[in-house]
Amino acid sequence: MAALTPVFSACSGVQSALDPAGEESGQVARLFWLMIAGGLPIWAFVVALSLYASRWKLEPLREDTAARVIFWGGVVLPVTVLAALLAYALWLMPSLRPFAGSDDATLRIEITGRQFWWHVVYKRPNGVRVVSANEIRLPVGERVEFALTSDDMIHSFWIPALGGKMDLIPGRQNRLSLRATKVGTYRGQCAEFCGTSHALMAFPAIVMEGAAFETWLNARSRPSSGVHAPGTGRALFERNRCGSCHRIAGTQWQSTAGPDLSHVGSRLTIGAGQLASGSEALASFVADAGAVKAGAHMPANSHLSAAELTEIATWLKGLQ
Amino acid sequence: MRHPLPPEIESLWTLFTAPVVWALHFLACYVTAAIFCAKPGLLGNDFFALRTLIAGITLLSLAMIVVAALLAWRQWGFGTGDPPHDDPTRRDRLLFQGYATLLLSGLSFVAVIFTALPAVFLTECLR
Ligand code: HEC
Ligand SMILES: [Cu+2]
Repeated sequence: MAALTPVFSACSGVQSALDPAGEESGQVARLFWLMIAGGLPIWAFVVALSLYASRWKLEPLREDTAARVIFWGGVVLPVTVLAALLAYALWLMPSLRPFAGSDDATLRIEITGRQFWWHVVYKRPNGVRVVSANEIRLPVGERVEFALTSDDMIHSFWIPALGGKMDLIPGRQNRLSLRATKVGTYRGQCAEFCGTSHALMAFPAIVMEGAAFETWLNARSRPSSGVHAPGTGRALFERNRCGSCHRIAGTQWQSTAGPDLSHVGSRLTIGAGQLASGSEALASFVADAGAVKAGAHMPANSHLSAAELTEIATWLKGLQ
Repeated sequence: MRHPLPPEIESLWTLFTAPVVWALHFLACYVTAAIFCAKPGLLGNDFFALRTLIAGITLLSLAMIVVAALLAWRQWGFGTGDPPHDDPTRRDRLLFQGYATLLLSGLSFVAVIFTALPAVFLTECLR
């Protein structure tokens, strides 16, 4: 039993499909346990049968008995079991992809995969539109529609604790729908190889109480007051042409070639799930993104002094 | 008395009748569903029509496989002799082939049903 403890403890946590925090992942987990419950007895029966044949009953069966064993055990049983499992899995499929009509979805999140980060846009039917990146927040108990696409490679969007995965394909929009059932912080991960730092393309997925989510989203629909903070951070940002790739709401910088930084200071992580957020993490990412994530499409800034990096990082951290 | 089944053909190819029906049924299901989903204008928007079409193709395929199985059963002598039919004689070769064809027909029958099963549960095609 002690030897199995690590195996079982691996089943819980922020990125486990077996520790569901959503309706869809609950069904996936149930399907998994059902397969185990169905598979284990069959496995045990077959092993017992072969032990019986090889250890105890050492002479052949009568021919008509053997034919009957083959017919029932080799034809009827597998066909019935497989048909039942197939029917159950197929029956689950529509409920694993429950789409709210585009009118009654209260929240729609558009996600575009990029090497190696996520462009995120929240949309409300009332016109609210919030751009963000590398982090996803959901209100608990609400059905959320995802519209998924990619600008370069095929990526795959997967928050194991909340639901199944869905590919992001260039030139195509895939849909996914999730209803989270437990407040908490989970982890999502790109699940389709997309280049050098594919494994480092992750994001935190935060499930919040409805009211808290509302407050959060409203705050994000306005530019951060941090853009006007004193210090030289903003001037350095300008001088180093960071704005040619990054958008910051309330400024002249509107490019989406890189992650939106409008409220980067309030994100839990930096670099799509790589570093715990903080001025130091920001400084080291800005200094050399490629050192954190090989192949990241952000140039290194080796010409910046430590003091300058700190200035930029402090200003970015202030974008709450 | 006229026999209801067509005359017996002696060819290795009859062995593959049922699997070929299975393959064609598979293709027909997937191609129709793909066209239906990709080109709404061509086959219409009605998912029920697609299901009916797949049901029709499936019943036709199952009927063809049953006929293949009946012919195989006859070639196998309606089950009068027991396998394995492994004597080096023309008769055993025929019986063996009949028996193998019958088993393949059974497999294809189940496979065709499995292929069509998604159409029972899926109710829409999202475009
Ligand atoms: C050529 C375009 C480009 C330029 C110029 C650029 N970046 Fe980036 N930046 C990116 C890309 C692409 C990423 C995403 C890298 C990844 O995670 O794979 C990124 C990521 C970041 C992140 C992490 C964002 C997050 O969500 O965690 C920060 C912070 C950042 N850049 C700051 C800066 C600063 C400061 C400058 C100027 C010194 C700058 N960038 C210049 C393209 C650029
Ligand atoms: Cu990837």
